[in-house]
Amino acid sequence: MIWNPYYEAIDREKLYTVQFLRLKQTLERVYQLVPFYRESFKQAGVEPGDIRSLDDLQKLPFTVKNDLRDNFPYGLFTVDLNEVVRIHSSSGTTGIPTVVGYTQKDLDTWAELMARTLTAGGATKESVVHIAYGYGLFTGGLGAHYGAEKIGATVVPISGGQTKRQVKMMKDLGTTLLACTPSYALFIAETMEEMDLTPKDLKLRSGVFGAEPWSENMRHVIEEKLQIDAYDIYGLSEIIGPGVSYECPAKAGLHLSEDHFIPEIIDSATGKVLPEGEKGELVITTISKEALPMIRYRTRDITTLTSEPCACGRTHMRMKKVSGRTDDMLIIRGVNVFPSQIESILLEMGETEPHYQLVVDRIGSLDTLQVLVEVSEQMFSDHIRGLETLENKIRTEIDNLLGVTADVKLVEPKSIPRSEGKAQRVVDKRTL
Amino acid sequence: MIKQISVFLENKSGRLIRIAQILGEAKINIRGLSIADTSDFGILRLIVDQPEKAVKELKENDIMATLTDVIAIEVPDRPGGLAEVLVYLNKAGINIEYIYSLIDKQAQNAMIMMRVEQIDRALDVLESNNIPIVSSNRIYTF
Repeated sequence: MIWNPYYEAIDREKLYTVQFLRLKQTLERVYQLVPFYRESFKQAGVEPGDIRSLDDLQKLPFTVKNDLRDNFPYGLFTVDLNEVVRIHSSSGTTGIPTVVGYTQKDLDTWAELMARTLTAGGATKESVVHIAYGYGLFTGGLGAHYGAEKIGATVVPISGGQTKRQVKMMKDLGTTLLACTPSYALFIAETMEEMDLTPKDLKLRSGVFGAEPWSENMRHVIEEKLQIDAYDIYGLSEIIGPGVSYECPAKAGLHLSEDHFIPEIIDSATGKVLPEGEKGELVITTISKEALPMIRYRTRDITTLTSEPCACGRTHMRMKKVSGRTDDMLIIRGVNVFPSQIESILLEMGETEPHYQLVVDRIGSLDTLQVLVEVSEQMFSDHIRGLETLENKIRTEIDNLLGVTADVKLVEPKSIPRSEGKAQRVVDKRTL
Repeated sequence: MIKQISVFLENKSGRLIRIAQILGEAKINIRGLSIADTSDFGILRLIVDQPEKAVKELKENDIMATLTDVIAIEVPDRPGGLAEVLVYLNKAGINIEYIYSLIDKQAQNAMIMMRVEQIDRALDVLESNNIPIVSSNRIYTF
């Protein structure tokens, strides 16, 4: 099933016309209304009038996550706050979060995109959709919610946690589609086993899973254990949230809604646009958003794009599953974590040169984060209790800032391996 | 007062050996020791003949070590000997943070090391009750 055949299966020549018109409108809009864009365009020596074709897009400067922080909270908005009906936010590297805003039209667009996503993942009016993404400032829960309602499905807004209760609800309510992170899907499968339930006890037929990277191998395990079709979905709050791209039943890449976003792949070192099919950093320009348009936003996600026709009939480009990041961001239980955030916590606690290491693992189906901190002179005390209090304090700070539970462990000085004087910050033991 | 060395130790095999070797090679004699531990880490407390030098040697080997002031006393080596002394401190409202014993080759009495919060008051209480306080000189050289 295709939710919006007119746009999702649009002739590509027609699509280019739609894209160009919407791009021009967006550029005029940000140039007139956002000092940041006017300034950055001027520095690059371009004006909206210089963009005469889609290829000219590459003349425009990039936007990066730091630009959102520098203009925190509303500096990049193109509308008055009285036009903004929703805010979402993600935690920031230095404690400053990124704030994104939506007008009513933006929310309608988002619901449309999630309706496409869920329909591609098997949802219909008859579906019972179990949304176990977190509700709140995180875009996952509410994003999926409005898309599922738009389709007319029966929505169970259960959010995260209390997994046994979730399984019982899925069984009792006859849930047919599960929306959550892939690792939580695995955890649900394990919980079902513990409760002596098999997929036959449920009516689950498919799942749309995103917000963290996962592999083909993990797909097979989820599909096998839950007896469902598992689809990958992609999005980021800066662009709109989930619904930027999504897999169709062909499971051969994620269709990126090109009537709302223009994707490019660049060489992350040089910033040069790479030819179709080459691997690089995904850059997205939004062409329909009102409150917070993004011009050539660098996602830091590494992938490839193809416009080869897809068996499903959709004509939008497909991106491969994201294979990595160009920065050191970790995704732990769906939460974005930068090592520098841990560093800022230790610095705030009075450490002048903290040496630490993040050890990420996946035990069973859940990500674990262990933070090793080398004991310094000022941390060390002759009392066991003093050291335990310190460990607890670091753990609490991490939980407060990042919303991730970490196992904090004090270790001996110089025990964390160093390369060129710097401690190795991250050890990711997860095999996805 | 006695200078005790407090050392941070991860609960990993070979850690204690390494410290003993470093001190041995530096010709530093260990007089007494105790370990307090959790599942992850421990604090090794050492009484040695040259505390300052020992801390320096350990730090040069990237081992976290600091000096801590503790009190050494002699208690009668018979049932109830320790209790008699502790009663004085308890009455004076002095909390003992930790305590351990040492072997004294010369003396008939048992030797006890203790760490308290109010170290000067503890010394006063012990002295006024005629509890033999062991000098640092004797600890470092016996």
